[in-house]
Amino acid sequence: MRIKETLENYLFVLPAVTIFLVFYLIPFIWVFQLGMYEWDGILPTKIFVGLSNFKEILTQDNIWWLSMWNAGYITLIAIIFQNALAFMLAMACDREIRMKNFFRLVFFIPPVLSEVVVGLVWQWILDGNYGLLNVWLVKIGLPQLAKNWLSDPQTALTTVAVVHCWKGFGWGFLIFLAGLQTIPRELYEAARVDGANAWDSFRNITMPLMVPVAILVAILTVLGTMQAFVLIIAMTGGGPAYHTQVPVLRILASMRGSSRFGYACAQGIIFGLILIIISFVQYRFSKRSRQY
Amino acid sequence: MKSDKYYRSKKVAVNVIVYAFLIAVALTCIFPLLWMFSSSLKTQETIFKDMSLIPKEFHFENYILAWKEGGFGRNFLNSIVYTSVVVFGIVVVSSLAAYAFSRFTFPGRNLIFYVFMAAMMIPIPGSFVPLYVLLNKLHLRNTAIGYILCMINVGLSTSIFLLKTFFDKMPKELEDAARIDGCSKLGIWRHVALPLAKPVLAVVVVLNALNVWNEYVLALIIFDSKPLMPLQVALMTFQGEFITRYPLLMAGLTITALPIILVYIFMQKYIVKGVTQGALVG
Repeated sequence: MRIKETLENYLFVLPAVTIFLVFYLIPFIWVFQLGMYEWDGILPTKIFVGLSNFKEILTQDNIWWLSMWNAGYITLIAIIFQNALAFMLAMACDREIRMKNFFRLVFFIPPVLSEVVVGLVWQWILDGNYGLLNVWLVKIGLPQLAKNWLSDPQTALTTVAVVHCWKGFGWGFLIFLAGLQTIPRELYEAARVDGANAWDSFRNITMPLMVPVAILVAILTVLGTMQAFVLIIAMTGGGPAYHTQVPVLRILASMRGSSRFGYACAQGIIFGLILIIISFVQYRFSKRSRQY
Repeated sequence: MKSDKYYRSKKVAVNVIVYAFLIAVALTCIFPLLWMFSSSLKTQETIFKDMSLIPKEFHFENYILAWKEGGFGRNFLNSIVYTSVVVFGIVVVSSLAAYAFSRFTFPGRNLIFYVFMAAMMIPIPGSFVPLYVLLNKLHLRNTAIGYILCMINVGLSTSIFLLKTFFDKMPKELEDAARIDGCSKLGIWRHVALPLAKPVLAVVVVLNALNVWNEYVLALIIFDSKPLMPLQVALMTFQGEFITRYPLLMAGLTITALPIILVYIFMQKYIVKGVTQGALVG
């Protein structure tokens, strides 16, 4: 009887576990395995090369580290501007304003759109010759500002970073708003009775209570933005001249462009390790600052 | 002492600035979509010259052209099919598993659950590489079922987490009553647990539908033949082929974005809940 009961229970989780085993765990193990081979994905024979893929990435692959730097740059812009914007908007909406639900609805529209749609629409708006932005700049008398936003090596990466912020601030906004709304109003009332002005209550009530939320948003931003790439595919394809290359795009290129499956896996492992380290550092930092 | 009038006019000034700020940002969110739609109604000749938001002529036939000639009709159907099947699959598979994690005891239960949770939080960049190899081996590449199974896996962990959290809080009386009445475990799952879980199921459905509809990478590496591609991949392929047929591309983009926007507007409540709950896990 007990055995029948237990078997029944297992049946409930069987579909999930089976799918998970086949489509997550096995590939997970293979990543580490394949990282040590040189393989084009088609031939039945793989060449075991040990750690040479990793060595090549760490010592020779300049484009890889350029892509890392690019991702870091985009992430930095996101952490600073995207989240600052999200926070300011959340502060603005936290007060008793009439159209709060409307703004909440609108601000989250960019995040629900696909990266492909966002990338292609903005590519059209930012087009060097016929894009709305440049046409409008010329019209208001600033033609010197009308650059080839996505094809000029000087502006491409920042342009991509800005569009990424446009798409992403809605997330931070929602989370910050949720966090702000958990702060009890009585604290602000009490502070006002005690004679505090707006800046005082912000500094002594809002900021300390929002630190954990801010750290959460920061961790999510870093993890998400470092791995971003579809938006970049849609906007620039990684160019001009590798100026908008990012790590995951390099992995995709190793697989589809150079047909080096083992190398692509090695890149994935190194990138994954870097992300884990960054998250860990952020997490430890958050634990320390919670001793507030 | 500052006069009452000073405080009142200061408050009005602050409100004006705040509102202006909010409205400005809201405009930047909506305007690109309006421009996309407006561009889709122009022709190949006028789109590079007519820079007004409301086009001089409305060329709705661009949508027919994009649907038929551009092939987006077929891709739209694919997206609908993939999204529906994957969402249905996830609902069934994850609710069964979540119910078991919440209500049953069996050896390894906690371990298996934690593995699912760990998978949700550990990023594996480039996981599509071994997935490609796997699908090749299973002869599932360039097949709908291969893509569907992959996408079911993608949404499993989060959905299981959301549902288990709900089931844990669900009062047991109704299930006990059903069991006393002789209902089987599966029957209880189907007739008691699932109906009660409707709000969470709505979140699961909406979040996963969004993910599948917007997904690009896996579809890119799995599908070779255009008639099987979902919209996102088809759009990028179209852009590569017909790099100058902007009105049709814009029409295709509108066709792709419109369902999402509609679903979002109607199901906004569930999306917000899902996002904030999912974020609280991390």
